[in-house]
Amino acid sequence: MATSAKATAKVGNSRSLDFAAPLRGKGAASLGMTDRGSSEPGRFGVYGGRYVPETLMAALEELEREYEKAKRDKKFQARLDELLKTYAGRPTPLFFARRLTEKLGGAKIYLKREDLLHTGAHKINNCLGQALLVERMGKHRVIAETGAGQHGVATATVCALLGFECVVYMGTEDMRRQELNVFRMRLLGAEVRGVDSGSRTLKDAINEAMRDWVTNVRTTHYLLGSVLGAHPYPTMVRDFHRVIGREARAQILRAEGKLPTAIIACVGGGSNSIGIFYEFLKDKKVQLIGVEAGGRGAALGDHAARFRGGSPGVLQGTYSYVLQDSAGQIALTHSVSAGLDYPSIGPEHAALRDAGRADYVPASDAEALEATTLLARTEGIIPALESAHAVAEVVKRAPKMKKSDVVIANISGRGDKDIGILRENLKID
Amino acid sequence: MPLTFYKKPALVAYVTCGDPDLATTRDIVLAVIEAGADVIELGVPFSDPVADGPVIQRASERALKQGTSLAQVLTLAAEIREQAQSTGLIVFSYLNPILCMGMEKFCKVARAAGVDGALVTDLPVEEAGEYLRAMREHDLAPVFLAAPTSPDARLRRIAEASLGFVYAVSRTGVTGQRQQLADDARKLVQRLRRVTKLPIALGFGISNAEQFAEVGEFADAVVVGSAIVDTIERNRGGEAVAVGAFVRGLFARSYHPAAYAR
Repeated sequence: MATSAKATAKVGNSRSLDFAAPLRGKGAASLGMTDRGSSEPGRFGVYGGRYVPETLMAALEELEREYEKAKRDKKFQARLDELLKTYAGRPTPLFFARRLTEKLGGAKIYLKREDLLHTGAHKINNCLGQALLVERMGKHRVIAETGAGQHGVATATVCALLGFECVVYMGTEDMRRQELNVFRMRLLGAEVRGVDSGSRTLKDAINEAMRDWVTNVRTTHYLLGSVLGAHPYPTMVRDFHRVIGREARAQILRAEGKLPTAIIACVGGGSNSIGIFYEFLKDKKVQLIGVEAGGRGAALGDHAARFRGGSPGVLQGTYSYVLQDSAGQIALTHSVSAGLDYPSIGPEHAALRDAGRADYVPASDAEALEATTLLARTEGIIPALESAHAVAEVVKRAPKMKKSDVVIANISGRGDKDIGILRENLKID
Repeated sequence: MPLTFYKKPALVAYVTCGDPDLATTRDIVLAVIEAGADVIELGVPFSDPVADGPVIQRASERALKQGTSLAQVLTLAAEIREQAQSTGLIVFSYLNPILCMGMEKFCKVARAAGVDGALVTDLPVEEAGEYLRAMREHDLAPVFLAAPTSPDARLRRIAEASLGFVYAVSRTGVTGQRQQLADDARKLVQRLRRVTKLPIALGFGISNAEQFAEVGEFADAVVVGSAIVDTIERNRGGEAVAVGAFVRGLFARSYHPAAYAR
C-alpha cells in the first residue's frame, strides 16, 4: 500500500496524463473476467466482489472486520444461538409430508418448516445476526429493503427488540400486493418508505436503501436481506442462514438414517436456498435444486429466472447473473411472488450453477399458485408464494423418483401475507 | 492531451447524455464549452443509478426512454471532439453498460472518439485491475472518486490509480444540490493534498456562483452536475441557451467569463 514518492511526483508534475503509474493491489485480474479463485474473500469463482461507490467502501470494510471478529467471539455466538432458540423458535421441525408423498406417488417428501419461525419466515435468522453486529458497531439506525415484506417485518422486529430506529424501503407495487406486511412493520414501530421508481419492486427498494446508506453511512447500518450486494453481505447472510441446513442434515439422518436424494428451495436473492444447501455441498450425491420465478412467460420482462435469459453483469454491488438488455440496462421482471421478483441472483448461486453443483429450474406463477392450494389441502400448510415455487418443483420431480428416494423442500415462509394475492388469483370465495 | 484545468478554479461540467435527446445534448455540451468549461463529463444513463439523487435519476429515465446507449454516447463524444479540440472529455458511467460492451472494446472506441478518460461510479480501486490495464493500453485516464469516509490508506490507493485528476466527493450522499457546503469537503481536499500532487476536483452539491468561488479557494476544479441537469429539465426547447447562461453565471464571483470563453 505504500506510495512510491517517485511515481506520485511524476504523475503530479504534469497536469496531463501519465501512464507510468503502477498498478497495485490484488484486483489485477478482476472484473470477474478471470477466476481469482473462491479462496479470495467475497469471491465465488468469478462472481461476487464489491462494486459500490467509494463512500460505502469504508463501511463495508468495517462491517467485514466486525463480522470476522464476531464469528470468532464465543459470547456473540452464544447470544445469537440463545435468541434463535428462545426468541425465533429454533430449531424448526423437519416434517414428513405423508399425504403429499402418497398423492405424488414417488419420493418421500419432507418439509423444512422455516415458516414456523417468529415473523413467519427464515429471514429472522439473518436479522438477529446482523442486529447483534449493529450493537457491536455502536450504530443506532437500521435501514432495510423488502420485497414480499418478510425481511422488512423481520428487520422491524429485531429493531424493536434491540431498540434501534428502523426505516424500510419497499416498492409501491409491493406495498400494494403485500399490504398486510406494511401494516405489521408500522405496528412494530418501523417507518416504511414507498419507492416509486422503476418497476416499484425489490430492485428499486434496494436502490433507494443504498442511497440512504451512502448518505447516512456514519450512523446507519444497512441490514441487507439476502445473499446479494457487495462483500461481505453474500458470505455473512449465508452464514447466518447455514443453521437451516445444519438442522436439516441432522434431522434427516435421524429420521431416515441417510442423506436425502434432493433438496429443493426457491431462489430470489437466494438466502433460504443457500442456507439449506450449504451444509450439503460436500455431499456430492445430494442434488441441490434452486427454483426461480418463471413468471408468466419466457420473454424478458415476464419472469425472474436469471439462469434462463440472464448473463453475467454487475448490479447493486455484486457480479452475478443479471437479466439485462443488449446495452447493459437492467431488465424489468415479473413474478406473482414479490420475494422472487428480482433481476439478479446471489453470486454464490452463480458459482454453484457454473460448477454444476446445483441445478436451477423455473416454476411459473400458475404452477406456484397450484402448489399452494395442493399443500394447503394435503398437509394443512399454506406456504408463502415464494416457497410455493419449491413445492411446485417437488410436484414435478417427486413422481419421477423412486419410493426409496427422499426429498426435502424448504418451506421458507408462511402464506398469510399472500392472502390478498391468493384471493385475486384462486377464485375460491 | 486536453484533460487540463486551464483556470482556477476550473469547471468540470456533467450532463446526462440523451436528455432530452442526443442532438440536444450535443448543443448543450457545445454551449457549456463555449461558456468556458474545462472538462465535460458525458453521463451514460443507467437503469439503476444508486449514487444519484432525484434530478439525475429523472434525467436518466428520460434518456433511457429515448433508447440512449453507451455506444451512442461514444458517437456523441466523437462529434463533440470534432468541434472542440482543447476540452477534456470524460465518460461518466456505471459499470454494467461498460462490462456489457466489453472493457477492451469500450476503451478502444472511446479512444478513437477522442475521449480522454472515464469515471466509473461503482468501480472502486480494488476491483479495477482489468479496467486500469485496458485504460492504460488505450491512453485513457482513469479518474476515481475519493470520499469523506475514505481512510488515508484508501486515499493513497485512489490517488495512485487516478490520472488527470482526483474527484473528491464533497459529502456523504447522492448527487444533488445543497444549500451549504459540508465541512467534510475542505478536510477531504486537505487530506488528498498530502497524498497526491494530482489536481483535485470537488463535486456533489455545488450549484451557484458563491459555492463555486468558495470551492475555488481550496480545490483546483469544481464539478457541477445536478444543477446543469436541473436547468435542462426546466428549460424545455431552450436547453443549450439556458445552460450556457447558467454556466457563465457560475463564474460571476470567481473571474470574468469573457477571459476564458472559447
